[in-house]
Amino acid sequence: MGTSALITMIVVQVTVTAITGYFFYKVLTTPPKPEPDSFSENDDEPR
Amino acid sequence: MANTSESWGSRVGLILAMAGNAVGLGNFLRFPVKAVENGGGTFIIPYLVSFLLMGIPLLWVEWGMGRYGGRYGDHSTPFILDNMTKKRLWKYFGVFGIFTNIGVMAYYTYIESWTLTYTLKSLKGDFLGMDIGKVGETFDQYVDISAGVNFPTWALLAFVITLVINIWVLSKGLSGGIEKVAKIAMPLLIGFGAFLAIMAITMGDTGKCEDCNSHIGLNFLWEPSYDSLNNPKVWLEAAGQIFFTLSVGMGTIQCYASYVKKRDDIALNAMSAGWMNGFVEIVLGASVVIPIAVGYLGLDWVKENAGFMMAFKTMPYLFDQFASILPVLAGVAWFGLLFFAGITSSLAMGTPWMGFVQDEFKWSRNKSAFTLGVFVFFLALPTIFFFEYGVFDEYDYWTGTVSLVVFALAEVILFSWVFGVNQGWDEINYGADMKVPNIYKYIIKYVTPIFILVIFVASLVQPKNNEWAKAFQGDWELDPSSIIGKIMNKGITHNTAYFSDVQEAEKSGVVESIEQDDRNHIVNISNVQTFYKTKRGHVVKKEPEDGGEAFDSTVADKLFVKKSAELTISKGDQIEEGQVYAKGSFINRIFFLDMSRLLLALVFIGLAAMVRRAQVLRERRA
Repeated sequence: MGTSALITMIVVQVTVTAITGYFFYKVLTTPPKPEPDSFSENDDEPR
Repeated sequence: MANTSESWGSRVGLILAMAGNAVGLGNFLRFPVKAVENGGGTFIIPYLVSFLLMGIPLLWVEWGMGRYGGRYGDHSTPFILDNMTKKRLWKYFGVFGIFTNIGVMAYYTYIESWTLTYTLKSLKGDFLGMDIGKVGETFDQYVDISAGVNFPTWALLAFVITLVINIWVLSKGLSGGIEKVAKIAMPLLIGFGAFLAIMAITMGDTGKCEDCNSHIGLNFLWEPSYDSLNNPKVWLEAAGQIFFTLSVGMGTIQCYASYVKKRDDIALNAMSAGWMNGFVEIVLGASVVIPIAVGYLGLDWVKENAGFMMAFKTMPYLFDQFASILPVLAGVAWFGLLFFAGITSSLAMGTPWMGFVQDEFKWSRNKSAFTLGVFVFFLALPTIFFFEYGVFDEYDYWTGTVSLVVFALAEVILFSWVFGVNQGWDEINYGADMKVPNIYKYIIKYVTPIFILVIFVASLVQPKNNEWAKAFQGDWELDPSSIIGKIMNKGITHNTAYFSDVQEAEKSGVVESIEQDDRNHIVNISNVQTFYKTKRGHVVKKEPEDGGEAFDSTVADKLFVKKSAELTISKGDQIEEGQVYAKGSFINRIFFLDMSRLLLALVFIGLAAMVRRAQVLRERRA
């Protein structure tokens, strides 16, 4: 592979992976909103 | 207001389902092929610009519209749009959000069934030892390529099984069905994709030909070249890819988001799901098909033959070149990942109908799923039986391409200009777990609508062979694949009547032999074509940019003529294009194309009538 192709591939793929990972990490670490929220798995009682 | 017992189980489940909706076969097949066709590394620049200026805004708009509609108990686009304006006609634009999904689901589930069959075939080792021609023939036999009506027994059975799986999952609801599938399918899909990408990247030089090296494929995909950035075709293709890959303009995102409550975030969720799709496409999708194909067949072959059907007609042969048990593993991983990519998308396509009939007609979940299955089954039959006549492609064009652009244009205008961008902006930001950059308020209002409008107008009047420079100089001949060209059937130059007593040849050649099978006369013809030998020793049809040695070669082809017809040619005859070669009673391709359009138009009208009926029922209940 040529240097410019290698650099483009690494920069684009690492950037896209990092942004994807960042947003998904934020989703996982953001505390849930107070009940009632949209999600049934964290309900005290089944709906 | 409609009542619904549906809800998402968890935030991660919602994001995986939404990402699964977007991740489809196109991530692994359409994206790399479009990149190859549009200059390799150059393509990524307009692609990323389109993602930022059109893809991301549309994701926020659709999530915002969906959650807004859900607040009023609406889970399908006709009434989601209806809530956003006092003008009642807008809800009929919302019909696209059901129509597109049912139309696409019809042929998409058929493709999905191919991936299921091919996963099993790979597991059994059916492709071991086959040459590339035999792999292609296996596929043609599977979908029963021949003259007239196709009746592919096994493909039909696999389609029914795949449809039943989809309907069964849909009948289990959002958290009990779709979300569970997404939580299993998405990690497996990423795992399979990563395995194949590592195989491709580490493959390197295979020694099969002078330039059979996966790194040459990667180099071609990623080598930046800024020359073609001023070519409108590259920009249009990149913007089109963003549309398809994100599943925007379909109505599925609104439907999924309509089950999110007002206080919960949509801004971060939209980014997480959208970028996850980008990761699968740019990191995994770009690293599998093209590098592996270049590794065994060379760059010239790939440049000339890259296309959707490579998945079934070429990849099994390429995997067979791997050592030891890897051909089986790679085949299962490849078709398995395509199946998971397919089913997470087709399930999403089923939900707008489910939401619509549950909300408006109070049908149970099982009844809604069952009616969807019946609807999709009958709508899919023409694509299976008349595959050879181009009905499949016709569905894809009108429901999977044109409708997306029309609906996206309508919804972004509604959101920004009718509902109002200030109110829309508040909706996107309400409960947001991230700061949405303010510049996007202006992008949503001005840039995105103009972007989509340009794509729509360009598709409407696309010049022949995408030669925009020539068109702007005054020589504007419509391409047969432009919307107007399609409506005018510009691509059909012979056998232009619905019914005819004769068949005219669409290609020229010499009759080498005539055979017969159960249903057809099979006329083997040959014709002389010019080829080029490239500097790397490959033979290609198009003159290479870096020059090549031209030579003439004889190419074999087949004409299928139904047995009841009388052939007017015999062995040794020279056939010219347009010459009559058979007499009898024929129904021509143009008939099936126009009928499939009529059928789709009737489906749209039928759905619009259901929306009208739903409106009447609402008024009675009020």
